[in-house]
Amino acid sequence: MNTSIFFLALRRMRVPLIVLIVLYAVSTLGLTLVPGIDAQGQPTPPMSFFHAFYFVSYTATTIGFGEIPAAFSDAQRMWVTVCIFLSVIGWSYSIISLLALVQDKGFQQVLQTGQFARRVRHLGEPFYIICGCGETGLLIARALDRSGLRVVALERNEARIQELELEDFAADILVMGADAAQPQNLILAGLKHRSCRGVLAITDDDSANLAVAIASRLVNPRLMVVARVASPAVERNMMSFGTHYVVNHFEKFADYLAQAIHSPSWFRLVELLTGLPGQEVPERHDPPVGDWVVCGYGLFGQAVVRNLERQGVSLTVIAPEQNLPVTVRHIVGHGMEAEPLRLAGIETAVGIVAGGDNDTNNLSIAMTAKEINPELFVVVRQNRVANEVLFDAYDADFTMVPSRIVARECMALITSPLLTRFLRHVRAWPDARAAILARQLEELCIHRVPLVWSVRLNAADAPAAHKLLMMEQVAIDMGMLRRDPAARHEFLPLLPLLLVRDGRDQELPEDEILLKPGDELLFAGTRAAKLAQNLTLDNRNALEYVLTGHDAQGLLWRWLNPTETASGPGNR
Amino acid sequence: MNLEKVIFGFFIVLAATLNFGFFIGDIDNPTHHHIYELFAAIVVNLIATVLKFGDRTQIGAVHLSTSLVADLQLVAAACVWAIAVHVTGEGMSPDVTTSVVSLSGGALLANVVSLVLLIAETVMLRR
Repeated sequence: MNTSIFFLALRRMRVPLIVLIVLYAVSTLGLTLVPGIDAQGQPTPPMSFFHAFYFVSYTATTIGFGEIPAAFSDAQRMWVTVCIFLSVIGWSYSIISLLALVQDKGFQQVLQTGQFARRVRHLGEPFYIICGCGETGLLIARALDRSGLRVVALERNEARIQELELEDFAADILVMGADAAQPQNLILAGLKHRSCRGVLAITDDDSANLAVAIASRLVNPRLMVVARVASPAVERNMMSFGTHYVVNHFEKFADYLAQAIHSPSWFRLVELLTGLPGQEVPERHDPPVGDWVVCGYGLFGQAVVRNLERQGVSLTVIAPEQNLPVTVRHIVGHGMEAEPLRLAGIETAVGIVAGGDNDTNNLSIAMTAKEINPELFVVVRQNRVANEVLFDAYDADFTMVPSRIVARECMALITSPLLTRFLRHVRAWPDARAAILARQLEELCIHRVPLVWSVRLNAADAPAAHKLLMMEQVAIDMGMLRRDPAARHEFLPLLPLLLVRDGRDQELPEDEILLKPGDELLFAGTRAAKLAQNLTLDNRNALEYVLTGHDAQGLLWRWLNPTETASGPGNR
Repeated sequence: MNLEKVIFGFFIVLAATLNFGFFIGDIDNPTHHHIYELFAAIVVNLIATVLKFGDRTQIGAVHLSTSLVADLQLVAAACVWAIAVHVTGEGMSPDVTTSVVSLSGGALLANVVSLVLLIAETVMLRR
């Protein structure tokens, strides 16, 4: 990369360099031809090449020692005057060319690309590549940064990059202004890098995401690939070549909405577990059961209809299109007007989904409908982040923001893959069971969104616990991981959600279950609880204290004081 | 016809011919080797070198390196001349002339390689 900058610079500097060489040559040559004069006024032979070159060297660079080796004749002075002006022009031209080169967009691009590639190459810690650092990408980048993961971002829009540079990150994120759909840019961003963990294709362009997903699968099949899509056709295409996770925000939201109507507590649990940890728990809005009206039959409208129908919700669609499937009850018209809304039965309906691709229209639909039926449960789709103010002011029961949904899903996939698994189990639960768990979590974290993390009992993630389990065959039960390593009779504010052993899942494992090496566990709780638990798992002394209530003893002390060892962990 | 190619070829050939003109003659006879010809050879060689900058092809790289060799040899010859005439005061004795001319002979070889490359490039070009 550096050599290419060098060659580019040389190429651009060709003309100024040739101009300089010619000016020097002409000046030197002239001086060797013009006769001089001695102190007595007698003409002397002209300067030799050596003296001429010496004189031109110091004059042209404006050092100007004077007339060396002897005082000049008038003819020489005349020529030197010409030389001085020539050399000043030559040098100014060269310097201006050099400055123009440095300022040049293309040159800077090459320079920045080289720097970016070098910084990526030297990354020693695990990182994720985010393709498309728009609103969604920024949300994910922030969340990854908070979890201590590095981010390499590719973004096409210059203005977005500048905004990113102003963001306050714990570890600076590496951004390059390039099109992620080009494979060579992905490779520059570290697709083949040893520490690269995954690629997130979350541009708002399905085809670009598709290109990123294919390139990542081909170039480095080891990586986790998460792609965002809007169209079901592209989604199927991506799944066909093995993209690990495809996030379709329309489908996801429609699914959540349908599931929330069916089982509000399940949805509450999802909100708690996938929210941004540490934030205030969102206010509870349970969508009611009854007739629904859906405005708009685009990709989002279709997903909503499909999912609501699956849950057996009866609904009416208002859309200007004529040719909807016959199975869908359909009113031709626009939802902004009162007439189609009335025709669709808004007076008796319980909820409305304003799901068009125009924010103003969606808000207008919501307000018109609410005027007719003030009891209505309103779901609005927000397309543009810039309209946040309007949607905040309106304060719908549900606002569907694609970027938030995608960011949330991606974070859940990256930070705790077990969570997706757990939530799939919870779907089958009766509503009451989910309600109990949701209440427990809320109380545990004092109405803040809990942090969700997974633990793997292996030598890398939990060295102390793994060693005890493997080498010393000590029995550690689930309850031990809930105890506070500072005061063992107290329990940490955390809940075990899932235990995966040999591919089999156990939901909400009880305290009595004995742990085995290689177990994977999913927890939810406060950040402090996670730190305390990490201590127990990593630190031999803390673990022994939690297990026995005694502080661990060094080898020498154990040898000096043999009576105490009777209660050591090995004998339990 | 491409003007850039004309200029490029012109300077490479001129560098070689000037170099040859300085080199030809009895190796130890200073009257056969005029210093102005050496000066011209150096200047034209430098220009030829700059013209070869920034070509990333294999043949471009070899072109540039032959030119750099020629420059080095000619500048060395000029330094020998300057030291003999101005520093030690020995003047253009047969010894000094021999070393100046033989250095320029080395540069001539590099320039010949450059010429061969130019011809090879032209022959390879099927347009």
